[in-house]
Amino acid sequence: MASDNAAPTGLLIIGASQSGVQLAISLRALGFEEHITLLGEENHRPYQRPALSKEWLQGEVGNESLIFRSAEYWDEHNVTLVKDQRITEIRKNPDGSGVAVAESGAEFPFKRLALTVGARARKLAVDGADLAGVVYLRNADDALALKAMVGDATDIVVIGGGFIGLEAASSLKKMGKNVVLLEHGPRLVGRAVGEATAEYFLDAHRSRGLDIRLGARISRFVPAATHDGGKAVSGVEVTVGGGTAAGGAAGEGTGAEGTAAEVIPAQIVLVGIGVIPNTELAEQMGLAVDNGIVVDSHALASDGTTVAVGDCANMPNPVPGSPAGERIRLESVNNAIEHAKVAAYSLMGRREDYAGIPWFWSNQADLKLQIAGLSMGFDQTVVRRDDERGKFSVLYYRKGRIIAADCVNAPLDFMAVKNALAKRQNIPADTAEAAAAVADPAVQLKTLAV
Amino acid sequence: MTTTVHYTDAEGTVRDIEGRPGDSVMETAVRNGVPGIVAECGGSLSCATCHVFVRDDCLSELPPIEPMEDEMLYGTAVDREENSRLSCQLKLTEGMDLYVTTPETQV
Ligand SMILES: Cc1cc2nc3c(=O)[nH]c(=O)nc-3n(C[C@H](O)[C@H](O)[C@H](O)COP(=O)(O)OP(=O)(O)OC[C@H]3O[C@@H](n4cnc5c(N)ncnc54)[C@H](O)[C@@H]3O)c2cc1C
Ligand code: FES
Repeated sequence: MASDNAAPTGLLIIGASQSGVQLAISLRALGFEEHITLLGEENHRPYQRPALSKEWLQGEVGNESLIFRSAEYWDEHNVTLVKDQRITEIRKNPDGSGVAVAESGAEFPFKRLALTVGARARKLAVDGADLAGVVYLRNADDALALKAMVGDATDIVVIGGGFIGLEAASSLKKMGKNVVLLEHGPRLVGRAVGEATAEYFLDAHRSRGLDIRLGARISRFVPAATHDGGKAVSGVEVTVGGGTAAGGAAGEGTGAEGTAAEVIPAQIVLVGIGVIPNTELAEQMGLAVDNGIVVDSHALASDGTTVAVGDCANMPNPVPGSPAGERIRLESVNNAIEHAKVAAYSLMGRREDYAGIPWFWSNQADLKLQIAGLSMGFDQTVVRRDDERGKFSVLYYRKGRIIAADCVNAPLDFMAVKNALAKRQNIPADTAEAAAAVADPAVQLKTLAV
Repeated sequence: MTTTVHYTDAEGTVRDIEGRPGDSVMETAVRNGVPGIVAECGGSLSCATCHVFVRDDCLSELPPIEPMEDEMLYGTAVDREENSRLSCQLKLTEGMDLYVTTPETQV
């Protein structure tokens, strides 16, 4: 184990996941010669998360498929992988060097530091939150625990109608469980997609038999009256509808203005109500933090030497032509990869601005959602819908220019918009005629890009 | 019987990787750090960054292209050819000896 007098690693990457792994890989591709330590708190080899709520949960892919790189790869590339060490303190010098101290007491001296610490699941604080069977889905241990329980369960409640909740609910339903999905807000997928897409998903999931209740107020998790002291969850007490569905954090409501409280049986309650960026280390180091670790367009934190990448970072909007000064924190694989590349340049002393077209996917039942661009600030939408072929897309515009699209089972639309955005082309919809062409599923979007 | 994938990159460098039946051509490449395959979505058929050209005489060994893969192939960074496939959809079978070429870029 590294100690005080051990030689410092050239670069210590804290967080061995999507962005940490990519940072190490990109640095080697760019010719970074110093030793790299890729350190994480999890007791697993670095793995990809997206399948945890999808293919892996359904047993379609095995554990090995999630592993990013073979052990030999890291050896060959002079990267030391450290598992199972949670860093709790960082002592840093003004030149960028320092020492990271783990909970175990182990110390990891470094010349440069990268924070790729990601985000953690937001907890739902209601009575019964500690009961066995109340689970989250952020990492492999969560997923393993969930899977171990699923076999015996007949009824599962999923709390949260965001991507994780919808993906997991679809997966669990496919596995033959009775699934009820409770969403606090008035619609699905909160701010990530527009109204039309949210409605499409609501209809699509309901027509596939998923029981979704909007405007749900969770009052408590009900313990089972078991002989071992009632430690396991047996249901969720909820009030649905009535009052204002919008506003307030999940679980806050008392249901006073709704219908009478109901207990929905559940041996498993999966909570997916968003994430909180891991900013504690950055705060302790005195770095600027504001919904994530504040970085510039080169992934540099406010001390000018530490890089912060991926889910944990709050950065300038990378979309070319986006409003000056607009900042954003993105939670996606694409961002983790692209942001890590920019950070790698930064560590090599090259100043490449982070610019790109963010994209995202989500698989729910037989619905493949692909999102290109960022729809924030849109002032016009055009819906393209082909019910016969089960395709649905929404294009978002700001001041007459296309800025994003949500595409369901429509890869061609997704690609057309992604390519148009990358080439800074428009798919005009500013006249009734142009909008009609965009809305016509018989017209290929690609042919409308100018 | 060994199962081997021969990856040729755009510059002509060949890497022969022994694979495990059941793994995909994409997984085998990524785990061993074969450059030229990005595979952002990890095999979820969502990114088209695992595009390969399959040597013609190997094409018949492969499963047919499903409609979703077909559509995705129109979005590859380097234009699709007759022998284009998404490597995450190609599962290795026992004894397979597959020759693929990776495109100049995936993004
Ligand atoms: C179930 C699930 C499904 C998803 N599906 C999709 C999808 O379909 N498409 C998509 O684009 N994105 C998806 N995502 C999001 C995507 O996985 C994340 O955006 C991506 O993992 C972010 O990578 P990251 O490296 O920035 O952070 P993370 O993956 O969160 O990694 C951070 C790592 O740092 C470690 N760490 C934190 N603090 C410390 C410390 N103090 N000491 C040591 N280690 C520490 C953590 O344990 C973790 O391993 C999904 C995420 C989940 C959880
Ligand atoms: S890995 Fe994304 S489509 Fe093949």
